[in-house]
Amino acid sequence: MVTYVFLVAAVVAVVFSLVTIAHRNPVVNVLSLAIVFFALSAIYAVVGMDFLAAIQLIVYSGAVLVLFLFVIMLLNIRSVERLGSGRPLQAALGAAAAIAVGVAIVLVIGKQAPTFGSLLPGTGKGTAFAIGRSLMTTHLFPFEFISVLLLAALIGALVLARKEER
Amino acid sequence: MSPATIIPIPHTWVLALSAVLFVIGTIGVLLRRNGIAIFLSLEIMLNSANLAFVAFALQFAAGRSIAVALTGQLFVFFIIGIAAAEAAVGLALFIALHRLRETIDVDRFNILRW
Repeated sequence: MVTYVFLVAAVVAVVFSLVTIAHRNPVVNVLSLAIVFFALSAIYAVVGMDFLAAIQLIVYSGAVLVLFLFVIMLLNIRSVERLGSGRPLQAALGAAAAIAVGVAIVLVIGKQAPTFGSLLPGTGKGTAFAIGRSLMTTHLFPFEFISVLLLAALIGALVLARKEER
Repeated sequence: MSPATIIPIPHTWVLALSAVLFVIGTIGVLLRRNGIAIFLSLEIMLNSANLAFVAFALQFAAGRSIAVALTGQLFVFFIIGIAAAEAAVGLALFIALHRLRETIDVDRFNILRW
């Protein structure tokens, strides 16, 4: 069951990420990226990382992609150019990257002994409890630092997108 | 104490999916000219990196609970936070550039060239 969910989610993620980079309608691009994020969230949930699954949905699908949709609406982008039009060198590089990754998957990842994670029964709290405690103790500094980073990004975005008065 | 439930997904599968998604994102960044489309491909690449962290968290959770092997998950948490900040600043940049040139085709921007 878990394996099937993973396989279906993997196929959905690959297919819709191809739609994301290839379709000419930017709104379709964003919505198919949302489907990719849903598939990845399903994978996180199915391997027992429930907190990451929730964060993925809330932050990515809920906040980041809505931001993308707002900007597409604001800039009134009707369609984007055909994939790879006028970029032969980059197309060759992309094909080379695809071949390299195919070789890497077969030679490097295929050679590794597969390891299986496990869920211990009886804790009943999910991973949110452990992650929350870790964020407040051992990883307190990066946790506080990322709030400063987000504040800086907020101010930076406001300053950049502000209309200049002349 | 009852034995641990094994998650029947090898970490190599997750790693392979991460590699495939990363190369799709790379091709998107290389072949697109529209700034927003490049940004979407970039998000695919960030998510494939997250998936790689999840794969290695699975590897280190072998024989232990996934609720103990937390480092990979914390990395994903921080990367998601940084990706949100990056998306906000990047989209603001594109709005500013659109105001300048009425387009966000990245081939049209050579304002940093002397």
